Amino acid sequence: MPMSNASPTVFKTQSFTHQWVAFAIMVLFFAIAPIWVYPIFLMKVMCFALFACAFNLLLGFGGLLSFGHAMFLGTAGYAAAHAAKVWGWNPEVAVLFATACSAGLALIAGSLAIRRQGIYFAMITLALSQMVYFFYLQTPFTGGEDGIQSVPRGKLFGIFDLSENTAMYMFVLAIFLSGFTLIWRIVHSPFGQILKAIRENQDRAVSLGYDTDHFKLLAFVISGALAGTAGATKALVFQLASLTDVHWSMSGEVVLMTLLGGLGTLFGPVVGAAIIVSMQNYLAQFGAWVTIIQGLIFVICVLAFRRGVIGEIAHWLKKPL
Amino acid sequence: MEIFGIPSQALFGQLLIGLINGSFYALLSLGLAVIFGLLNIINFSHGAQYMLGAFVAYLSLNKLGINYWVSLILTPLLVGATGVLIEKTMLKRLYKLDHLYGLLLTFGLALIIQGVFRHEFGSSGMPYPSPEVFQGVFNLGFMFLPKYRAWVIVVSLIVCLGTWFVIERTKLGAYLRAATENPSLVQAFGINVPRMVTLTYGFGVALAALAGVMAAPIYQVSPLMGADIIIVVFAVVVVGGMGSIMGAIVTGFGLGLIEGLTKVFYPEASNTVIFVIMTIVLLLKPAGLFGTQK
Repeated sequence: MPMSNASPTVFKTQSFTHQWVAFAIMVLFFAIAPIWVYPIFLMKVMCFALFACAFNLLLGFGGLLSFGHAMFLGTAGYAAAHAAKVWGWNPEVAVLFATACSAGLALIAGSLAIRRQGIYFAMITLALSQMVYFFYLQTPFTGGEDGIQSVPRGKLFGIFDLSENTAMYMFVLAIFLSGFTLIWRIVHSPFGQILKAIRENQDRAVSLGYDTDHFKLLAFVISGALAGTAGATKALVFQLASLTDVHWSMSGEVVLMTLLGGLGTLFGPVVGAAIIVSMQNYLAQFGAWVTIIQGLIFVICVLAFRRGVIGEIAHWLKKPL
Repeated sequence: MEIFGIPSQALFGQLLIGLINGSFYALLSLGLAVIFGLLNIINFSHGAQYMLGAFVAYLSLNKLGINYWVSLILTPLLVGATGVLIEKTMLKRLYKLDHLYGLLLTFGLALIIQGVFRHEFGSSGMPYPSPEVFQGVFNLGFMFLPKYRAWVIVVSLIVCLGTWFVIERTKLGAYLRAATENPSLVQAFGINVPRMVTLTYGFGVALAALAGVMAAPIYQVSPLMGADIIIVVFAVVVVGGMGSIMGAIVTGFGLGLIEGLTKVFYPEASNTVIFVIMTIVLLLKPAGLFGTQK
């Protein structure tokens, strides 16, 4: 039974103008929001939004629940931080290199995990990411509990100095929007349609002659690579790569962002990421309360709010968002 | 005396720790397997419920003066009752949906339970004294065996084998297995399947709480004690395959022992060895050692 069936919303329209409108609103928001909102906070939102969108590509459109996506976020963070700090690479090269590292890891982890389905898939990805966590905890180059600190943001293409927050903001915005449009394009591509077919009924997709394992692995690698892009960017923004980004609780957070925003919607993960990151910011002083509230949101979303914020709006508008 | 260049004291010591860890892996993966068999969900809050067991024992000793022996019976009943409540009020609504929603719900519950205890008690561990009868050690000649640890291994074996016997060899177990295969047919025969499902979840949760009470004197009682062990237990479950009860037991003890041996021969890998074994098993026998691919 595919996850999307929980809340069947049948959309009559096949036009996508409203998605363009929503996209324009989103771009406008991120373009003018720095006037009122602290830019570092917005950059954090965009990094997590890209992370959640990448995760949603796998769960929302492919029906695969990965409970270990933090391994891609963290791996790319370490790779980018190491490349920028120790090797002195330019930020754009460091981000590309880190994305490639995450894609490689996703290829290995994905080819193991797709050997099992459903719940087992979730448990295997969780166990693999825990293994990766212990690896980073012990290996010397990550700096253990300290992480890699004071990573230089460097100069984009050797020209633009990213230590300036405005330049960095533009850089992050460009990465986020490219990642988002890529996912948007993928969802509407023939490949995206096959993914949805696998999500709805894997056996039927097999009987139609599709090599489903091949498509699932490809989706896993794309999702892992984009999660890596988000992690690398995040490491440059905060000039820090640490164990937090590899921990299983981070894998749980990205599930929560996607669930809250709306599974299988384009814009849901962005909204979910914004809500969760804001909540963490405001509640940071209350310590364990953040965990309790996250747990409560999980329970409420699963029991009564399975469409998520954007999913509800889309249902109300009768148009996919 | 040395074996493979390792002092035998160290070797047997680590093997014992491995056996102890294995007892807990076996008890916890057994509970997961029982729940999964009938409910088809993975109980992510299993680790939190294990922690809950240890905490109930700790609090009832310190606030109410209830001793270990009473706790050993009372705590699983109490925590099991909360499991019944969770099944009745929440899990029940999810059976018609994708099974992954059950995983997400129990993950959320685990966050809430762990968060509440972390808020109240902080992250540091608290000691729980082992009962007086078991203070002291057995001298086995080649090593000293703390009495309490011997007790844990014995109880764990008895509980595991008892559960196996009930499920595989009794009439009640036959109903249970039949309901796993075809719930609507079993219900048509007049068996109250929904009640059976509720009680099964309660029983699985009670097993986790029992493991928690037994763990309290060995490990420190702390809000996060269940968070990391549950991921290892997931790997154990993937290795064993959830199809068989005996598989869960054998894999639990076996992987505990292997982990103990790794601590002797290559300590750096002791955290990851179970995950490495999981990877190898996935490559060679994707359905798990005792499982059948559905």
